Amino acid sequence: MEHYNMNLTLKVWKQKNSSAKGNFENYQVSNISSEMSFLEMFDVLNEKLIAEGKEPITFDHDCREGICGACSMYIDGQPHGPWQQNTTCQLHMRAFKNGDTIVVEPWRSKAFPVIKDLMVDRTAFDRIIQAGGYISVNTGNAVDANAIPVDKRNADEAFNAAACIGCGACVAACKNSSAMLFVSAKVSQLALLPQGVPEKETRVLNMVAQMDKEGFGNCTNTYACEAECPKGISVINIARMNREFLGAGLNDEG
Amino acid sequence: MALDAKIPEGKMDEKWSDYKGHVKLVNPANKRKLEVIVVGTGLAGASAAAALGEMGYKVKVFCFQDSPRRAHSIAAQGGINAAKNYQNDGDSVFRLFYDTVKGGDYRAREGNVHRLAEVSTAIIDQCVAQGVPFAREYGGLLSNRSFGGTQVQRTFYAAGQTGQQLLLGAYSALERQVALGNVTQYSRHEMLDVVMIDGKARGIIARDLISGKLERHFGHAVLLCSGGYGNVFYLSTNAMGSNVTAAWKAHKKGAFFGNPCFTQIHPTCIPVSGDHQSKLTLMSESLRNDGRIWVPKQQNDNRKAVDIPEEERDYYLERRYPAFGNLVPRDVASRAAKERCDAGYGVGTTKMAVYLDFADAIKRYGKIEAGKTGDHSISDADAIKLGKEVVKEKYGNLFEMYDKITGENPYEMPMRIYPAVHYTMGGLWVDYELQTTVKGLYALGEANFSDHGANRLGASALMQGLADGYFVIPYTLGNYLADEIRTTAISTDHEAFKQTERDVNDRINKLMSIKGTETVESFHKRLGKIMWDKCGMARNAQGLTQAIAEIQQLKKEFWSNVRIPGEIHEMNAELDKAGRVADFIELGELMCKDALQREESCGGHFREESQTEDGEAKRDDDNFSYVSAWEYKGDSDWALNKETLEFEIVKPSQRSYK
Repeated sequence: MEHYNMNLTLKVWKQKNSSAKGNFENYQVSNISSEMSFLEMFDVLNEKLIAEGKEPITFDHDCREGICGACSMYIDGQPHGPWQQNTTCQLHMRAFKNGDTIVVEPWRSKAFPVIKDLMVDRTAFDRIIQAGGYISVNTGNAVDANAIPVDKRNADEAFNAAACIGCGACVAACKNSSAMLFVSAKVSQLALLPQGVPEKETRVLNMVAQMDKEGFGNCTNTYACEAECPKGISVINIARMNREFLGAGLNDEG
Repeated sequence: MALDAKIPEGKMDEKWSDYKGHVKLVNPANKRKLEVIVVGTGLAGASAAAALGEMGYKVKVFCFQDSPRRAHSIAAQGGINAAKNYQNDGDSVFRLFYDTVKGGDYRAREGNVHRLAEVSTAIIDQCVAQGVPFAREYGGLLSNRSFGGTQVQRTFYAAGQTGQQLLLGAYSALERQVALGNVTQYSRHEMLDVVMIDGKARGIIARDLISGKLERHFGHAVLLCSGGYGNVFYLSTNAMGSNVTAAWKAHKKGAFFGNPCFTQIHPTCIPVSGDHQSKLTLMSESLRNDGRIWVPKQQNDNRKAVDIPEEERDYYLERRYPAFGNLVPRDVASRAAKERCDAGYGVGTTKMAVYLDFADAIKRYGKIEAGKTGDHSISDADAIKLGKEVVKEKYGNLFEMYDKITGENPYEMPMRIYPAVHYTMGGLWVDYELQTTVKGLYALGEANFSDHGANRLGASALMQGLADGYFVIPYTLGNYLADEIRTTAISTDHEAFKQTERDVNDRINKLMSIKGTETVESFHKRLGKIMWDKCGMARNAQGLTQAIAEIQQLKKEFWSNVRIPGEIHEMNAELDKAGRVADFIELGELMCKDALQREESCGGHFREESQTEDGEAKRDDDNFSYVSAWEYKGDSDWALNKETLEFEIVKPSQRSYK
């Protein structure tokens, strides 16, 4: 593919810390190669800012290959930017053209408070997993791995749900800041496997309770989460979780 | 100092069970009083913290990421080996052991490797019980594939996301222990030193990366599970945050560093596209099963790949290694690519790439598909169309990733690939119990040097991380802690804690006070270039000597001219990075020193002075059959200790792929 260079204007959210008031700052970057990743464009900007004696922009990133779930930028009104099923780190600059203005914000949600600039606190997700996102098996207790055959369709569906990288784009995409896609992916993965069945009722009840406690909003079926999910996690998982939740709730009443 | 690896006596296949049968135990009431610090939450750290929490120890676990789930084990693609023999193809613990020792080019310890092969089967059981969604067959049983040229199918996998699924399994086990109150989790915390009291590791100084505050944490033992140091090369397949700092601080407190120059270069990565490049992305090794590697026969050929006729292409692996062809091991494939590019035959804008071409495979698969329906006279164009579908099914996600990064469609034109740093076999020297040369200080997973010798086989890193965490440390740590039950928790007001905190604080202040003109990133890039050029795939005495001098100069410049913006008591990613790069610079010097003294070609590295007449790697067992364990003596000053390797079972032979 032919590559080209471009000059861009960036409008980036700057916020000193969680209690400070933030604001947008404008930055100019020039000679950005279409071969760069979006985060490499930020590297170039940060190097320039440091050279000028200014503060660089803080953002979360780590693996830069779309799997760790650290990167989290809200780009021109979309979590992870314009490409489908893609993380910020895998977005490349050929998605933009010379002269573009790009607006970059952090994930916006009460449950994800800003730490600094584009970096947010997603420990709420850890606490939801702590509430029940596991199978209670101590090390060394396991039977032979092939002792429990699993229907391939269920195994494949469990795998599809387990592909979630916990980035939080679903929350950022949702007008209600709902975490239903994230929670339902874990609930589904474990409910679909025979190993996860014994705890499936307490699991869904406890995880949903923790989700509510963290301040995530409700699901109103707009499916923005699915549309923006970098791993293509399906909203079918939400339906499955609702079914599990109702079933568990009824049993709980008894 | 004489190194004692503490390999148990007895027959190779009885050592581990004998050890377990006689090891000291800690009773449950005492476990509650014993505190263990775990640094790092990848496969080794998360599994160790979870397992120890389950046993009843009081565990504190630290990671620099915002969540334990983001540790870089998550990015492993291919799979995890285990000697299950589910495919009935003759696999066994012995074969896995043998392949690993041989694959490591006879520079690993037999005792450790045998134990690894033994516990491999339990890992798969444990992961399945946790709900790890491995690939399955229609009958509902687990699927396997062969990997990295082994002759048996022993690799378990979850599409191209095996590392992710295994890590999320270990993470969920860890979070369960957090919920039960057995483990306390400290994310966005970085370990900056080990606290030593009476010759034993008794805690750490950690920095809260959000507030910048230093914290003191006591532990009866400290476990470093902090991964590898491939980022010393600046460009690698490691995550941006992967670093050597925890291991390096331990090294400076007395832990020997084993075989630092043993790094693995993976042959199939997406090449560098320009100076802005921040990291490299791996394309799974499995692609070499169907792709043919070539360069033009003419130097500096600027034609497009499709315009170069068949007779003007050099399939150099097939030419040099007719027996293995495109499937030669990682180190051989990597070196051959570098040789061609250095000689001026490279392709792409930077000329530092070779082609990995699927055109033949596409056509072949198309013809096979047509043949299935009785059509034996299909046109090439139609065969290509059919073949693309087959290739899509096998490698679709990888082709898509390549397209996303490069903007090129690998179904239509060959991929461009080049070797990149992927894994470090070297690490903290540990004995059979995974204890370093510092009492009470352990190293697990990629952070230690132990199991992969001079070259790691594919799908073995995940196996080792989980083996160490789930099945080795729960026994070996007890052997140490059983003698510590009378040690009550030491107050962090102890002078050793205060002094270590002051030292850490002084170093941070010193970094911030330099206020120079060159960025941390720039120093890191310069270090990476020295390392890649002179201590990478091929090394020689002259280059290494030069590299040492250049690194010493770089260190001087760093400590007098680095510019770190911002403040200490806030989230300051540049300050975090500066501390890590300062440690990488020191490590780089040691790596070159280690490479310089090892005057043999071995495993992943090629010493130019040690080659056969036809240019292949020549190992020197008479003079170098040992582990180099480096002892820190002071600034740029190390003493070499040798652990001689003895091979009872697997007799060293020269590898040949011709």
